[in-house]
Amino acid sequence: MAKMNLLQAINNALVTAMTENEKVMVFGEDVGHFGGVFRATSNLQEKFGKARCFNTPLTEQGIIGFANGLASQGSVPVAEIQFGDYIFPAFDQIVNETAKFRYRSGGQYSCGTLTIRTPYGGGIAGGHYHSQSPEAYFAHTPGLKIVIPRNPYQAKGLLLASIRDDNPVLFMEPKRLYRASVGEVPEDDYELPLGKAEVLKEGSDITLLAWGAQIEIIEKAAEMAEKDGVSCEIIDLRSILPWDADTVADSVMKTGRLLINHEAPLTGGFASEIAATIQERCFLYLESPISRVCGMDVPYPLAHEKEYMPDHLKTYEAIKRTLSY
Amino acid sequence: MKDRNHLSNVGLSHEVNIIENGLIDIPMLQLLQPDGTPHDDANVPDISQELATKMYKTMQYIRVLDDRMIAAQRQGRISFYLASTGEEAAAVGSAAALTDNDLIMSQYREQGALAYRGYTTEQFMNQMFSNEKEPNKGRQMPIHYGAKELNFMTISSPLGTQIPQASGYAYGQKMAGEEAVTICYFGEGAASEGDFHAGLNMAAVLNCPVIFFCRNNGYAISTPADEQFAGDGIASRGIGYGIKTIRVDGNDIMAVYAATKEAREIALAENCPVLIEAMTYRLAAHSTSDDPTGYRSREEEDKWRAKDPIERMGAWMASKGWRDEAEDKAFVDNMRQEVLDELKRVEKVPICPIEEIIEDVYDTPPWHLKMQLEELKTHIKKYPQAYPKTSGRLTNG
Repeated sequence: MAKMNLLQAINNALVTAMTENEKVMVFGEDVGHFGGVFRATSNLQEKFGKARCFNTPLTEQGIIGFANGLASQGSVPVAEIQFGDYIFPAFDQIVNETAKFRYRSGGQYSCGTLTIRTPYGGGIAGGHYHSQSPEAYFAHTPGLKIVIPRNPYQAKGLLLASIRDDNPVLFMEPKRLYRASVGEVPEDDYELPLGKAEVLKEGSDITLLAWGAQIEIIEKAAEMAEKDGVSCEIIDLRSILPWDADTVADSVMKTGRLLINHEAPLTGGFASEIAATIQERCFLYLESPISRVCGMDVPYPLAHEKEYMPDHLKTYEAIKRTLSY
Repeated sequence: MKDRNHLSNVGLSHEVNIIENGLIDIPMLQLLQPDGTPHDDANVPDISQELATKMYKTMQYIRVLDDRMIAAQRQGRISFYLASTGEEAAAVGSAAALTDNDLIMSQYREQGALAYRGYTTEQFMNQMFSNEKEPNKGRQMPIHYGAKELNFMTISSPLGTQIPQASGYAYGQKMAGEEAVTICYFGEGAASEGDFHAGLNMAAVLNCPVIFFCRNNGYAISTPADEQFAGDGIASRGIGYGIKTIRVDGNDIMAVYAATKEAREIALAENCPVLIEAMTYRLAAHSTSDDPTGYRSREEEDKWRAKDPIERMGAWMASKGWRDEAEDKAFVDNMRQEVLDELKRVEKVPICPIEEIIEDVYDTPPWHLKMQLEELKTHIKKYPQAYPKTSGRLTNG
């Protein structure tokens, strides 16, 4: 075990994967000698050579197109998009190509070895284009997996699983936790399962569900609610697609109440998918409407960042409303 | 190779000299004249009669297939077709210059390259009829071929997407130490997509052994080339990216063959991309959903009919004593019969069982796809008449 922050855990996972398999290649904007604008790829070029860790020209559609070609050839690309906000130029390559490669060719060709890493989320004074949480755009795309870790231990285990998974994975890293989140991480190889949620704390009155950096928000809100005598069950979804409906439904059948929190805007956000599914599965168990505490339906604002965020106070208020319904 | 430091190749000027459009003159390589006679100073590749015959017959075969399948679409037997009439030499001549290890990435009008690799009439038909024997399992529209065993990457409809993919695939071939390149076909319209810029720039900067092969046939559906770009075609752009570039007469199969062969050697030896712009003309309608009389003249088409690539090669073959008119006719008649027979046979092959609808989305179907399939099967069992292609094959499992 070693103390690592989230960036170090990601770097450690990349070193592990590149050491194990010479087909693993890491590339993107500024990931080479410089080691990435967040330093997630520090020293990889020195360790594994310029042919396996390299800068690309500044073109997101090019990075993902190139990665699709590499993956279909049999290499194991780990492509970086500098900010999740800049993934949209590659939307066509990801949605029409990456995600459909295996299906449209009847399994003859696939991009299964591809992993796309990208920092996401707000809380760093990033304004419109350094704060977005675009997971719901991609959750509407069959063929993709979407994974979001909440701490260094998860980041390493989930990233290794993503790189080795035989499906294209969009791996979204909560950038406000890059250095803020520090924890014990095994130096040895390990994986955490994709598609599985994790129950962080058992409770009996309400289920609180989030992912990535918002986990610490619902934990904080739960602490406040517990002081009022409310017993909260906390679940980290971890995988957005495919998502673990069983774990969430089991919890809601026990607690009878569900609150979903995400940073992305409310309308069309992934909480809608979860709410609809749980309402179908748990209709007779629900004691109050499912609550969504999300970002507002506005572009991510700079000066009003604090007001925009679905923070612990908004979550706490929503818990109280749900309990007193 | 030039030093890539951003100022090292920059000379000085002391006057305001705005560079004029068309300053670089990019000629078109032509070895055979339109009547099939080699130019006096032309170095026609010294190929065997066997290879020449294979190239020639592949072009004839594709012409037969295209003509018949357009008719089949008009009869409503297949949903869609897209012919390569007039451009057969571009696909066949370039494919003939490759080895079977080289990967082919096609846009959609390069069926000649696929036929050259050995795709059979039955395989063409299976794909077009979207049946259960088709490797793509009937999931894509007709003409979206793919054949892993022939190193022919499955075609997709979005234009230009395969261009940066080709760069990545070629990079992987290089890293794996393969003696192979990737060839990537696209039209001059697709070259306006951002992916063209991305793919060529990445291939140049990252030293990828890839041949970019542009079929400049004058039209992207109804849009003529002069509404597509204002520069000197596609070739001039290659130079801007630092890519070795050549323009060829796309209706001269020997010019296409010679250029591609040289491009392949350079790409492999120097680990770099090469751009080939083949000047040709889309004699066909864009597809069976298009009628070109709405945007171009009969006279223009006739002018290009006179430059038919198959006749040009045929005349050259005859001058070498490699062509027998009677045998030629018999071959075309046989192919017509083969295409017709296979069409009739294959159109009766059933489509895939409904279970295939959730396979290959992921490596294994996740819970939600299994659930959706079970719901669908229950529904089909309730209304079997509404789903005649799959209801009869439902198992009780």
